[in-house]
Amino acid sequence: MSGAPQVGIVLVSHSGPVAEAVAELARGLAAGGVTAPVAAAGGLPNGGLGTSAELIGRAAASVDRGAGVAVLVDLGSAVLTVKAMLAEGDELPENTRLVDAPFVEGAVAAVVTASSGGDIGAVEAAASEAYGYRKT
Amino acid sequence: MLDADFFRRWMAATATAVDREADRLTELDSAIGDADHGSNLQRGFTAVAAVLEKEAPATPGAVLTLAGRQLISTVGGASGPLYGTLLRRTGKALGEDAEVTRDQLAQAFAAGVAAVGQLGGAQAGDKTMLDALLPAAEALASSFQGAADAARAGAEATVPLQARKGRASYLGERSIGHQDPGATSAALLVEALAETARDGGAEA
Repeated sequence: MSGAPQVGIVLVSHSGPVAEAVAELARGLAAGGVTAPVAAAGGLPNGGLGTSAELIGRAAASVDRGAGVAVLVDLGSAVLTVKAMLAEGDELPENTRLVDAPFVEGAVAAVVTASSGGDIGAVEAAASEAYGYRKT
Repeated sequence: MLDADFFRRWMAATATAVDREADRLTELDSAIGDADHGSNLQRGFTAVAAVLEKEAPATPGAVLTLAGRQLISTVGGASGPLYGTLLRRTGKALGEDAEVTRDQLAQAFAAGVAAVGQLGGAQAGDKTMLDALLPAAEALASSFQGAADAARAGAEATVPLQARKGRASYLGERSIGHQDPGATSAALLVEALAETARDGGAEA
């Protein structure tokens, strides 16, 4: 799939450090080639806890290569803010999807899949399937 | 008839009410939430009042659409997308008319409230802002003051309820006995509407 644009991944958490660390973890575990673009949108612009539509919009634009953007979120206002932005229609790149997935496991699955050239549907499916990994 | 200026005054009155009640909203939110509802809404509606003054949208629909958009981008908590969706959807439903009737507003507001329910997945009785908004939307078909009274009564009626949505739901039965902060701020919004109608001499 060399040369084809990769799906971008945006990680939205209430906490800036959580979003950054999960992005780092996902990139690290996906290593071994060209990694798909990943951007963290954590917390508020002033560094506090919360969700910022501005940071989300900027992160999504920064990873958009024309193949779609998968957005993974933690909880509460992160979910609602992305849904509300998608409903508006012009605040996020074309073909941006809110992906229903566990935040950490889903991020790893999404980045691995996007890095290997999977399309937006494949990235979404891989991230969602992470709900199925039982731990006990 | 209600023109763009009426809707600007409604938003300004809401900003004033949220300023006045911010401490109380945060206090309610510290009992069952994360103690940021007052300050979040204060930041949001202050930004709304400022952007409306600066851009002066020409129609009722444009006023509410811009206000909703501003709330989504500035609040930082779940109340941002929820109130933002309420106002934006209400604004879109009002269309591009330069003036609207209370009946048109009542119908548009009901569409906005339905969009809030869809976004958050909550229903009546879940101890959320919908417990104030749903009765208000229904009563708005008859009068502004009736809507304000219904919203306030709906907010007060959340006290004995157990929260089933949002962070408060993690508390289970311990959420019982506290008035819901979101329903309380929703009542402020509708009371500000009735106040604006009263001051502007709009019919009841």
